[in-house]
Amino acid sequence: MAEEMKVLDPEKEKRKIQSAKKMKEIMTAYYIEAKTAGETGKKVAWITSGGPVEPLIVMDVIPVYPENHGAMIGASRMGAALYEKAEAMGYASDLCSYACSDIACAPINGGPIGGLPRPDMLICCNNICGTVLKWYEIQARYFNVPLFILDTPFCHTEYTEEMRKYVRRQIDEYLRFLEEHCGKKYDYDRMKEVGKLSVTGQKLWQAVLDTTMHKPAPMSAFDAFFHLALIVTLRGTQQAVDYYEMLLAEMKQRITDDIGAIPNERYRLLWDNLPVWYRTKWLSEKFAAQDACLVADTYTSAWCGSLKYVDENNFLETMAECYTRIYLNIGVDEMARTVTAMVDKYDVDGIVMHSNRSCKPYSLGQYDIQRIVEKQKGIPSLMLEADMTDERKFSESQIETRIDAFIEILQEKKRKT
Amino acid sequence: MKNLDEIREVVRDPYGYAKKYKAKTHQKIVGYFCSYAPEEIIWAAGALPFRIFGRKGNIHLADQHLQSYCCSLVRSVLEEALSGELNFLDGAIFPHTCDSIQRLSDIWRLNVPFGFHTDVVLPVKLNTDSAREYMVSVLRVFRADLEKKLDVTITDDALKASMTLYDQLRSTLRKLYEIRAKRPDIISGSDVYHIVKAAVIMDREHLLTLLSGVVKELKQKKPDGVKFDRKRVVISGGVCDFPDIYQLIEEAGGSVVWDDLCTGMRSFEGDFDKTADPIEAVAGRYLDRVVCPAKHSGLTSRADHLVRMVREKAAQGVIILLLKFCDPHAFDYPYLKNALDREGVPSLLLEVEDQLPPEGQLKTRFEAFLEML
Repeated sequence: MAEEMKVLDPEKEKRKIQSAKKMKEIMTAYYIEAKTAGETGKKVAWITSGGPVEPLIVMDVIPVYPENHGAMIGASRMGAALYEKAEAMGYASDLCSYACSDIACAPINGGPIGGLPRPDMLICCNNICGTVLKWYEIQARYFNVPLFILDTPFCHTEYTEEMRKYVRRQIDEYLRFLEEHCGKKYDYDRMKEVGKLSVTGQKLWQAVLDTTMHKPAPMSAFDAFFHLALIVTLRGTQQAVDYYEMLLAEMKQRITDDIGAIPNERYRLLWDNLPVWYRTKWLSEKFAAQDACLVADTYTSAWCGSLKYVDENNFLETMAECYTRIYLNIGVDEMARTVTAMVDKYDVDGIVMHSNRSCKPYSLGQYDIQRIVEKQKGIPSLMLEADMTDERKFSESQIETRIDAFIEILQEKKRKT
Repeated sequence: MKNLDEIREVVRDPYGYAKKYKAKTHQKIVGYFCSYAPEEIIWAAGALPFRIFGRKGNIHLADQHLQSYCCSLVRSVLEEALSGELNFLDGAIFPHTCDSIQRLSDIWRLNVPFGFHTDVVLPVKLNTDSAREYMVSVLRVFRADLEKKLDVTITDDALKASMTLYDQLRSTLRKLYEIRAKRPDIISGSDVYHIVKAAVIMDREHLLTLLSGVVKELKQKKPDGVKFDRKRVVISGGVCDFPDIYQLIEEAGGSVVWDDLCTGMRSFEGDFDKTADPIEAVAGRYLDRVVCPAKHSGLTSRADHLVRMVREKAAQGVIILLLKFCDPHAFDYPYLKNALDREGVPSLLLEVEDQLPPEGQLKTRFEAFLEML
């Protein structure tokens, strides 16, 4: 009843993204399908967020993402309590909070959705970190299910011919692994369709993110964190393509109607690293109150960042390079070049970097990236130390003070120009 | 023992040794941080492979590049480089291991002004044919790269000679470990630590001579008649650069009889296949050896190995050394502990940073643990 009596603020309503409702429906249906796989006889594979999901779609295997689960745990503020359980299991207090909360969920069916559906197999691609290897080893032992590791060598300065051959060979091994555990032949014709859908979905996602080049930006990075879920979990399906077409149309309409993500966009900022899931609303309001909009981020664009290496008409042959050269699997200097290019593309006034205690490959090197970009673009940046899921590692007063000081720098700079 | 004195002297001041070695021999020195650095190829190139351990405390310059939640090993080796302490190095090589070493490589490449920099991006999984093929190809590229950077030719003969030397050195180290496992009171843990550390720092040929002498003397040493009544323990973990830890264990009534450390047994385990092509043999040793937790060679290989080792060496307990912020080891700890628990083998977890916890506290913990065994 309280809901009905609440007076809606028309100003806020205007800025709400309508597609969000559809997105929630799709994700709910997706998790219901995954959780009831036991009844429908479909197989479930757990897969890392940067892993090649397309072959699973081809084989009608339901992909489940423990990292998406981690994000949900964080957003529901269940991260700290679950991490404490992991500590009781013997895990150190300074590991990846996604991994630890997921590991703690498994034996108790804990977390916001009562645990993930039991996997029939695990697919681990180490293009995002070395932690997923340990995490998936732990879960493979716990669930006693087969584990496939797609080992994507780290591209410090180059993607070599040796790497290409190695990853390409592993793609074949991956398909044989799926044939063995699904008990059917791999369907190469369907692969072509799924590959095209995957590329189309990624291009649409990039187009959605690109709408924020407009001033004011029709959506913010905080919106992107939310709408990202489908390009991660349902990449390669028609459903993801349809959804992003709808979202893109809505963003274009907002541009036409001159509706920005925040009421008065004065400062345009770039976010680096994973979101602080349990504080996205707080942070977004904090910045919006100062007329600062986070218009782009390095995180959500990682799911379309290596499009340049993929050929949609030859997905199978080109996916090795596409999956190996993603944002986190490259050297610090190439990451800095990517950030610099984003600063230009989205015309941002400053950078907010989340130094994320959970994620070493993303965070170690940030100080160097910060210096390189500051030097080349002459824009200020803010470093916030926190954690993506473990709210114990977030100090509100300290972060508030730092944000205020950063905004003052931005104001000072704007006054001078 | 005169030989041991010389080894201890080198390990007390590795950088001083390196500089003297360079002045005397005019050989190049190549730094590395991990037991997956193909030392044999470096030695075959006429350079001294030199493992860097970092410093204890006093980190400032590295703080400009690495957050406080990066492990002290990575932060301190960067400090050593940025402060110029390591400028005797002609280059540094970075085999791919963990996420932190991976970023250290980038930061080093972008900020350290002296010497060449080379990545050796080895496979992470080591138990497939494609990984073997990739490992071999990466090592071939490394060999060619090193030839260019050191301006030398690495002939097959030089490589084979280097591998023979390493085989001899490693088998002598294993002999030393076997002697200690049989008679733990024959040599102190600290002495063994110094020898194993010298084996990744010193002129390997000279060390082999010194070490052979040590082993010969130990073999001839008559039992002193005193009954051995200390508890037999195994140490497991990554880097252990703490000579004092052995003495503390001994004072508390224990003796380290074996280890699974990357600065211990893992650095000298395994021989080369003499019938294989040399590079394939180097790769083969890495693929067959017990892994670092940043690598994968099966779901239970590390625990199986640890349990087997404890049984074989008749150890009564395991001390697990965990470097704070070391993700791969920290993720493996519960599973290793559970495997030991299942076998009824007590274990003690010891979290360390660049320095050991206070001595009094450590002593109490060791005493309580050893008493329980």
